[in-house]
Amino acid sequence: MRKKSSKAGNKRAKIKPKLAVWKFASCDGCQLSLLDCEDELLGIAEIIEIANFAEASRHVLPGPYDLSLVEGSITTSHDADRIKDVRNQSRHLVTIGACATSGGVQALRNYAREEDYRKYVYARPDYIEALATSTPISNHVKVDFELQGCPINKTQLLEVISAFLHGRKPNISSYSECIDCKLDGNVCVMVAHGTPCLGPITHAGCGSICPRYNRGCYGCYGPQDSPNPRALGDWMVAMTKASPDFVNRSLQTYYTGNKIFHEASELFQKDAQKVDALGESQSLPSPEPNRKDT
Amino acid sequence: MSSDSEIKIKAGIRPGAQAGLKTRTIKVDYLARVEGEGSLYVRTKGQEIEEVQFKIFEPPRYFEALLRGRDLTEACDITSRICGICPIAYQMSAVQAMESALGIELTKEISELRRLIFCGEWIESHTLHVYMLHAPDFLGFEDAIKMAKKYPKVVSQGLQLKKIGNDLMKLVGGREIHPINVKVGGFYKLPDPSQLRKMLDPLKQARDIAEETVRFVSKLEFPDFERDYEFVSLFHSEEYPINRGRIISNRGLDIEVPSYLDHFQELHVARSNALHSVLKERGEYLVGPLARYFHNEGRLPERVRECAREINFKVKDCRNPFKSIIVRSLEILFACEESLRIIEGYVAKGPAFVNYEVKEGIGHGCTEAPRGILYHRYEIGCDGKIKEAKIIPPTSQNQKTIESDLFEVVRKYFSSPESELRHRCEQTVRNYDPCISCATHFLKIEREDVNS
Repeated sequence: MRKKSSKAGNKRAKIKPKLAVWKFASCDGCQLSLLDCEDELLGIAEIIEIANFAEASRHVLPGPYDLSLVEGSITTSHDADRIKDVRNQSRHLVTIGACATSGGVQALRNYAREEDYRKYVYARPDYIEALATSTPISNHVKVDFELQGCPINKTQLLEVISAFLHGRKPNISSYSECIDCKLDGNVCVMVAHGTPCLGPITHAGCGSICPRYNRGCYGCYGPQDSPNPRALGDWMVAMTKASPDFVNRSLQTYYTGNKIFHEASELFQKDAQKVDALGESQSLPSPEPNRKDT
Repeated sequence: MSSDSEIKIKAGIRPGAQAGLKTRTIKVDYLARVEGEGSLYVRTKGQEIEEVQFKIFEPPRYFEALLRGRDLTEACDITSRICGICPIAYQMSAVQAMESALGIELTKEISELRRLIFCGEWIESHTLHVYMLHAPDFLGFEDAIKMAKKYPKVVSQGLQLKKIGNDLMKLVGGREIHPINVKVGGFYKLPDPSQLRKMLDPLKQARDIAEETVRFVSKLEFPDFERDYEFVSLFHSEEYPINRGRIISNRGLDIEVPSYLDHFQELHVARSNALHSVLKERGEYLVGPLARYFHNEGRLPERVRECAREINFKVKDCRNPFKSIIVRSLEILFACEESLRIIEGYVAKGPAFVNYEVKEGIGHGCTEAPRGILYHRYEIGCDGKIKEAKIIPPTSQNQKTIESDLFEVVRKYFSSPESELRHRCEQTVRNYDPCISCATHFLKIEREDVNS
């Protein structure tokens, strides 16, 4: 063990660790976060070899890579093969952003008919080759760490890069957005203003910007470690008079590919259908805040 | 219908006539320093160019389909996820379309603030392109980091400029990528005037850097290359267009935004992998900085026009696509000037947003994304849900023009060594700063057998 680490240490002292950045189905926003590190970028390049980063450079060094950052979800069979190659070339593989960690907003197709989507968007759907689903990277290969957010937080990104290159665990809190929001001294928008807010079930990291801008959290950092979306949704309906349809859609957006969020959303979808059946003049009985659902 | 046949006709292919001649293929499998996934394919036979393809293999994400059934208030946040580099353009086209469907009249203060956050995006996106994606092409570097070794001050200043654009977006929008403060009818919250005023000094520095940027890029070496484009952009009689105006061209097009689909058409062609937008009956056209400058030079602030005069840049230079880097730099200077004007006149007066009643209707939005006009159209039901959605991003609109440029570049530099020709082709594509993730429609690629 000792011998191995010393050998690796000597090797690393001579050669800069190699970083690769890969893109799958996504908006480029998470890898842009690295280029948005205006104050740090040139410093990063001093200590890390940016070996493969198509958005930033024509320069490509062959693998293996010490750290691969992967953005985007798997939506084609070609990409399902490509991610395996990426994994094989990477000592550590970290996924960045909602698409890579849960399938992204494009995972809405998972609960619709992909064929219908294809027909709606394309005049010649037969030219299109795509999988019926948009899935996170972890469904396909082993992932060493998942950094959530749509988009990710660039300070957290720097922490993750630094942690992996030093062989330590990234210091990324997995608690809810509510904690950071309270630490920031914000008044709770849900309690004080009756604004529906996904803060209690959402992963911390964005800097609680929405409440600071008079807006409820819309869940773009995905689920915190142990979320209870059903309970929160019930409170949103009871306390803020949000419609079940609103709760359903709130949970079915950037992290709809997450099982816990999606299962809870379907519950509210059923409630919304009941409201529709009853007609607008009538409302549902008050939801029970601690209901047990199947 | 197929532009495959169009390219062949243009290339003067006579089947069989070239038998026995060697074929030469230039392939760039993964185009670097562009947003999204694309590639380049040029095939020549003898002295003839057989095929040119700027290909997009970004997988489909079906935004228009998944928007159906969503509330009209959600389009702004959801469509921003089409692109991390120009999310404001998506937010602005989306809210504008909803506001037109609902008959919302914005206050002057809200309109000015919308223009301000858009200026932040122009500064950020244009600077990213000028310094990190495009300048290395002219100076022979593989990326900005390598360029920084020889030009440390230039690259540092570029990063500083980009940061100021991002800071402006963050202040008005909450964050720089996928901002959260834009909503139908206005904003969730008006920025604090004292916070905005803190941007005045950084923006004055940004303005100085932008002027230096214009001077720096004007000294780059530009290929002697011109084409006669049909330039399409917004036009507004009182201002350099960003958020409003008519759609005009230098060949007689002059329409209101809601007539967009009467004049433009998306073709689904087998030989390319993305929908091509064309002007009905006329074909390809160009959107973006060159087109905006061509039509609206007269509405730029005096300081920007003076800077253009100083480097002897004229409207006719817009016909050289390689000079788009100069226009982008002039537009960064404009966006700094405009931001300073708006902030200096800003008072946090009136409501953050205008209230409205949900009703059914059809709405159109068209704004000037950094890469050119971005059109949205939505049909809204009486419940406020989106029934139909259409999004036409600038890169789809420029695709045919990019391919035609490539065709001419290959013809002009035919005898250049392989690596130089390949590099020249890549640069030709990067002139357009294509936003490939934005071009939401994608097709698989049909590759022809050379010998068939």
